[in-house]
Amino acid sequence: MSEVASTPEPPEQPQGDATTLASSVAAKQRAGGVIVPVLTAVIAFLIGGLVVLATGHNPLAAYHDIFNGAGLNWIFHPTTDVANTAAYNLSQTLLQTTSLILCGLAVAFAFRCGMFNIGGQGQYFIGLYVANWLGWSFAGMSPLPHVLIAVVCATAAGAAWAGIAGVLKATTGAHEVITTIMLNWIAIWVGEWLFGDGGPLQNSANKTVPISNDIAAGARLPVFWGQQQLQGLHVGFFVAIAALVVFYLILNRTTLGYEVRAVGFNPDAAAYGGISVRKNLIRAMAISGAFAGLAGALDMLGYLYHFGQSDIPVSQVGFLGIAVALLGRNTAVGVGIASLLFGALLFGTTHGLSAGSSSIDPSLAGNLTYIIQGLVVLFVGADVLVLSVWNARKKVRRRGGGSTAARAEAPA
Amino acid sequence: MAEELVLEMRGIRKEFPGVVANDDVSFDVRKGEVHALLGENGAGKSTLMTILYGLYKADAGEILLRGKPVVFGSARDAIGAGIGMVHQHFMLIPVMTVAENIVLGMEPSRDAIFLDEKAAESRVRELSEQFGLSVEPSALVSSITVGQEQRVEILKALFRGADILILDEPTAVLTPQEAGELFGIVRSLKADGKSIIFISHKLNEVLEIADRITVLRRGRKIETVPREGATEASLARAMVGREVLLRVEKPPAHAGDVLLSVKDLHVVDERGIPKVRGLSLDVRAGEIVGVAGVDGNGQTELIEAITGLRRIESGTIEVAGKVYGARNPREMLDAGVGHIPEDRQRRGLVLEFTIGENVALHDYSKEPDSKWGWLYPKRMLERAGRLIKEFDVRGGGPETRAGTLSGGNQQKVVVAREVDRDPKVLIAAQPTRGLDVGAIEFLHRRLVGERDEGRAILLISLELDEIFSLSDRILVMYEGEIVGEHTGEVSEQEIGLEMVGAGKKDTEETAA
Repeated sequence: MSEVASTPEPPEQPQGDATTLASSVAAKQRAGGVIVPVLTAVIAFLIGGLVVLATGHNPLAAYHDIFNGAGLNWIFHPTTDVANTAAYNLSQTLLQTTSLILCGLAVAFAFRCGMFNIGGQGQYFIGLYVANWLGWSFAGMSPLPHVLIAVVCATAAGAAWAGIAGVLKATTGAHEVITTIMLNWIAIWVGEWLFGDGGPLQNSANKTVPISNDIAAGARLPVFWGQQQLQGLHVGFFVAIAALVVFYLILNRTTLGYEVRAVGFNPDAAAYGGISVRKNLIRAMAISGAFAGLAGALDMLGYLYHFGQSDIPVSQVGFLGIAVALLGRNTAVGVGIASLLFGALLFGTTHGLSAGSSSIDPSLAGNLTYIIQGLVVLFVGADVLVLSVWNARKKVRRRGGGSTAARAEAPA
Repeated sequence: MAEELVLEMRGIRKEFPGVVANDDVSFDVRKGEVHALLGENGAGKSTLMTILYGLYKADAGEILLRGKPVVFGSARDAIGAGIGMVHQHFMLIPVMTVAENIVLGMEPSRDAIFLDEKAAESRVRELSEQFGLSVEPSALVSSITVGQEQRVEILKALFRGADILILDEPTAVLTPQEAGELFGIVRSLKADGKSIIFISHKLNEVLEIADRITVLRRGRKIETVPREGATEASLARAMVGREVLLRVEKPPAHAGDVLLSVKDLHVVDERGIPKVRGLSLDVRAGEIVGVAGVDGNGQTELIEAITGLRRIESGTIEVAGKVYGARNPREMLDAGVGHIPEDRQRRGLVLEFTIGENVALHDYSKEPDSKWGWLYPKRMLERAGRLIKEFDVRGGGPETRAGTLSGGNQQKVVVAREVDRDPKVLIAAQPTRGLDVGAIEFLHRRLVGERDEGRAILLISLELDEIFSLSDRILVMYEGEIVGEHTGEVSEQEIGLEMVGAGKKDTEETAA
C-alpha cells in the first residue's frame, strides 16, 4: 500500500488489500501511473535497437524506416491522395489498427471482469469463418442487409465461442486461461478442416487449393481511403473507433458495466450486493468474444475477402490483442493508443524494413519484425511483474533491509 | 517490585509515506511486570512493537536492552536477544504436533539427522509444566482449540528463551473463560520474572492485568500510568482525546411484531458439514437480539443463509410474515433484509470503487441510480454526499476510493448504505470489529437509533461486551444451535459457559 491515506493510519493495517487480478493490477497501476506503459514501450524499442546494432546497422536508421514504413511521416505532409506513399502506408497501418482495437477490447473487457481471455485469436477466427461463409453464400442479396447479417452473425459466433469458456468457468470453475487456449486450438483445426481438401468452405470452383471462395461483391465493406483492389481502408475503421466508445460507455455508464467491474474487483462483495457472479462471468466472456468476432468479420469483409489454410498460422492479431490490452491498461483510450502503436509496428516493420531498405540486413528484416514485436509483448507482459518487484523492493526497504516476513523468526 | 529496567525504547520515530506512525515515543519495561500498550487502531502500537521485534527499522531513537543499546536487523536478532512475540494471527503448522511446532527451527536431533521426537516432547512438557501452560505435546495442532494454539505460540517464544514477551491483542480470539486462563498464565510468567508487553484496545482487560499502562494516540505517547488510580473513563479519554460514552445509552425496547422468524434451519458449509442444526429464532420490530458464541459455531453460515448468500438445506426464513426461499442475495435484499457483513473488506465494499459506487451496490439497477440499464453516476454521488454528511464519514468525498478510507469510515459507509435502504430487518455481523473507540461509540448509538426506528436487529458478535451493551435479548449459539436465551440480568460467566457447551449440560443436570 503505497498510497497516502488521508487519515493517520500506519500501513501494517492495510484497509485496501488487493485480492483479485483486476484489483491488484489496478492498485499497481495507480502506483505507476501512465509513466510505466510508456516506459515499457520505450525500453522495448531500446533493446530492439541493440539487436539492430549487434548486426552492425544503425538502429536510428532502422526505426526511421519503420516510422516511414508505417506511414507515420504522413503527419508532416498530410494528404488524402493515396498515390502518396506516406498516405498509403498510413492507410495500411490503420487497417491493422482496426482489428487490433477490437482484439484488444476482447481482452480488456474480460479483464475488467477479472478474467484473462487468451482466446481472442480463436474467437477472431470463428468470426472470420462465419463472415466468410455468409459473405459468399448469399451472393444475390442487396449489400446492406448482406453486410449486416454477416457482421451480426460473425459477432454472435465469436460471442458464443468465448461464451463456452465463460460457461465452463461459471459452472465447473475451469480456469479461463486454460479453456480459451484450448478453444484457440479447436478454432485453428476447425479452420484447417473448413478450408482444407473437401472442406465445407473450400473453393467451390477450384478444388485443388485449400482456400475459400471470395466473398460476394455486395458483402464487401465500402473503402473510404484508397482503392478496394489495393486493400484500401474500409469503413470498419469507424466501427472499431465506435467500439472504443461503446466499450467505455458499457463499462462506466451502464448497470451491466457496473456489475462487470464489481465482479472483477471483488466477486464476494458483488454477490453480497445482489449481483450474480456466474451470470456476469458468462456474459463478460461473451461480450469479449463479440469484440473479437467482430474483428474477424471486419477483416474478412473489409480487405481479406477469402481465407485459406496457409493464412491460419500467419494470423496473430488475436494474440497481439493481449499485448494491446495490457499496454493500454484495459481502458478505451489506452487500447486505442496501443492499437495504433502495434498497427504501426506491424505494418512498419514488414513494409519499411523489407528488402531494398539499406538500414538493416535484408535477411534480418523479417525476423527483426518478430524480435521487436516479441520484445514489446514481453515487456508489456512483464510490466505488471516489474511493478510488483518494484513494490516488493519498496517494502523490503521500508523494513530496513531486514527480514521480509514476520514468520521468519527461527534462529539458527 | 524491583525497579530494574529490562527494556527501554527512547524517542522512537517511524514514518511511512504520508503518515507518522510513531513520533518520539518512549517506552520501558521493568523486570517481572506486565506493561500494557493501549491505543486505538492506527495509534502506532503495532508499529512500535514491530520495531522492537526487528521487523521495522526506526527512523530515529534507540533501543536499550538491559542498559545496552541494541540494533535489531531482523526478528532473528530480537529473538536471540530474548524477545518473543505472539502475533494476533497464529503462525502454526496444523499438520504438525504441538511439540514439533514449538521446536521448529531448533529441533533436537538424533544422529544429527532425525528429529528426536521424544526429546522434543519431554522438553515441551517440562516447559509447559513450569509455567502452567497445559497443552498436550503430542497432539496435532489442527485438533486443538484456539486458546491452546495461543499457548503453543507462547511456549514457542519461551522455548526460544524469551524474557520479554509481546502479546498482540491476545484476547481477541478467546472466550471469557480462555481469557481468564490466559491472565493466569500471564501472572505465572510474571512471577517467574518474565516481562510482558500486552497490546490491547480493551480497557477492562488492561485494567485487570497490567501493572503499568502506556497510552498511544496518533503515533504519540500520551501517558504512562500505574494501574492504581486509572479508570476506564480516564484511559478512554487518553486514547480518544475526548470524553467517551463507554456504555450506550439505551432506552428500553418497545418490541413490536415479529419481523424475522427463522424456523428449524439447517445449513451446511462448503465441505457439507452441518453448521446450523435445527436453529430457530425470532426478532421483533424495535429490538436488538444479540447472538453470542465462539467463532466457528455456525454464526457465519446462519448469517449467510438469512441473507441468501448460502443455500439452506431445510427450514424456513420468514421476513415480516412472508416465507422466503433465500435462494440468492437479491431476493433477501428485496425482502427488506439489510446486512452489515462481518468482513467489510472482503464482502461489504468494493475497495476499488468510489464511495458513491459502493453506496449504490444494492440498488445500482433501480431508479434513481439507473433506468433501462443506463447508469446515472451523478445521482449515486449525490446520495453518497448526503450519507457522508449524515454518517460523518471522514477522509474523502463521494468520489474517493473506498480503499483509501480508514476502517471506521469504511464501516460507516457500509452501515449508511444498509440503513438508507430502510430495511425491515438488519443483520449486524461483528459491526465494530477492529474499530476504534470513537467509531464504536458512533456505530453503537446508530444501531440503537435504528432499533428505535422500528427495525428488527440481529446482532452477531464475538465481543461479549458488545452483545451485553446493545442487546435487548441475548441468544447463545453453540455448534449450530441456540443453547441459551436471556432477557434479564445474566453474567458474562454464565454466557461464557453456554458458549462452550457447558451451559446446556448444566441446565439438563439441574432439570434432572
